[in-house]
Amino acid sequence: MSSPALVRHPEDSMPATAIAEAGPAPAATPPAAPPSFGTLALRWYRLNRAGLRAIAIGVTSLIAFLLVWHLLTTYRVVFFVRFTNVPSPLAVYASFSKAMHDPKFLMHILLSCRRIFIGFSLAAIVGVPLGLIMGRFKLVHEIIFPVAEVLRPIPAIAWVPMAIMLWPTNEQSIVFITFLGSFFPILVNTLHGMSLVDPVLVRAAQCLGARERSIFREVYFPASLPHIFTGLTVGMGVAWVSLIAAEMISGQYGIGYFTWEAYSLVQYADIALGMIAIGVLGLGSSLFIRGAGRLVMPWRTT
Amino acid sequence: MSEILASTPKGHIEVRNFSLAYETIEGPVQAVTDTQIHVKPGEFVSIVGPSGCGKSTLLNAVAGFLKPTTGIVTVDGERVNGPSAERGMVFQQYSLFPWKTVRENVEFGLKMRGMPRSQRERAARTLLGLAGLEAFEKHYPEKLSGGMKQRVGIVRALATGPKVLLLDEPFGALDAQTRVIMQQILTNMWQRLKISVLFVTHDIDEAIFLSDRVYCMTARPGSIKAEIPIPLERPRQQSMMMSSEFLALRRGLMSLIREESLKAMGGEINDMGMQGLSIELHGHSLADVI
Repeated sequence: MSSPALVRHPEDSMPATAIAEAGPAPAATPPAAPPSFGTLALRWYRLNRAGLRAIAIGVTSLIAFLLVWHLLTTYRVVFFVRFTNVPSPLAVYASFSKAMHDPKFLMHILLSCRRIFIGFSLAAIVGVPLGLIMGRFKLVHEIIFPVAEVLRPIPAIAWVPMAIMLWPTNEQSIVFITFLGSFFPILVNTLHGMSLVDPVLVRAAQCLGARERSIFREVYFPASLPHIFTGLTVGMGVAWVSLIAAEMISGQYGIGYFTWEAYSLVQYADIALGMIAIGVLGLGSSLFIRGAGRLVMPWRTT
Repeated sequence: MSEILASTPKGHIEVRNFSLAYETIEGPVQAVTDTQIHVKPGEFVSIVGPSGCGKSTLLNAVAGFLKPTTGIVTVDGERVNGPSAERGMVFQQYSLFPWKTVRENVEFGLKMRGMPRSQRERAARTLLGLAGLEAFEKHYPEKLSGGMKQRVGIVRALATGPKVLLLDEPFGALDAQTRVIMQQILTNMWQRLKISVLFVTHDIDEAIFLSDRVYCMTARPGSIKAEIPIPLERPRQQSMMMSSEFLALRRGLMSLIREESLKAMGGEINDMGMQGLSIELHGHSLADVI
């Protein structure tokens, strides 16, 4: 009933990121220096009022989400959508606390993370340098770009049958799918970043005696970094999408397999648990990328 | 530092029989034709002219970014074949590296030359001190005002001890007060370093105030219309800009440039098909009205 509203409004999802960003802020209360602690605290509050507000609203909105979920499932609402078999938040929590002590569940998660790590890292290791080289050398661009453009629109999931044929083990084909999913966003964004490098900066470097290699390292690469990180963030998202799909189709382990298996075994609470785990892992990995981006690009204060 | 603060002037720029044309589908378009200029070692020379006259093209050719179609560019007798640290350049858009701090920007040229870190750090600090920027060495350029950015730009270009300094409308984006201060700073540095300066601007006052000599260019295709020596005494003060000598120079340059601007504009007006304009002018020529 009110669930469409929850899904539709983008405002609902915004506080979630705000929480994530402002996460460490409350702990960072300034030390009691010369001005009294009270004035400092007050000043800190005034400066961070907007952030605190976002956190408060975000928490409220999450609680409201859980409450609506709880009501819809306890009353087994049927209104176009059927909540008859949907597990309640409490049931999901119960299966969560059980799963925490189940080494098998942890293994599912660990395996998925390993696949993401290998597939995504390979995509970054290949995609970023390839994008940089394609952006700098026209010939490489002219050779590789057409192939990339033909392959790019193929969703990673459509590669599953081909991947199973290509790779000797299931594990390898799943990692391959994850790699493909993140590879193209990374490549395309790196290329885009290269195309936007300000030519005046290149000329400035030349005037200061920089040769080709130095210009590449000192100008093209750092100038493209913001777009490279956009590519990594998008690529990480697509990596998870591809991984879960691949695990559902051909996996034996992994959080996607766990979710699908729960459905086959009629363990409805585990379906929601698997979904939430995927969401948390996805959020965590994109936060990780964002944090890495801040470390690598200290000049970007925003 | 010793090589930067050299005692003998250096950097003799010579541009001979210079022309530069761009290839387009309708054939070559002449940007600059039949141009000779020279800058003696230690001299401050400006190029002024109507917009689009090719003064930046000429400067970019001296920098080595553009190859002349005919003629040659030499510095101290050596032919210019491409950009080099011997010819420092300052751009209107500042063009500092946003990912480098102020000091790292200044160090860049020294790093390219392979100077060890501690040595170039020291050199960069000294230079930043001369420009009053030592307090900002760890800032990223984004945090600086336009005037500070351009000071960093000038210091960065000078750090490698170039023979000549080329400036392409460096103060065009600054407000009037900052501009005046920057002109003073540039003059001070130039006198200290005794290098030759080639300065492109569309601001006549600026050109007169700074230069030993001013070249005035014609409308496109650009060539040298006049060469005006500026005999004003140095050190120059702001108050000089009210002197009769200054004003006479200004009037002369103004009328030269206005002629060329009108030529350029007249062409554009015809291009746009604004024939009705002559009627509104009641028989006066465009030159009379403006």
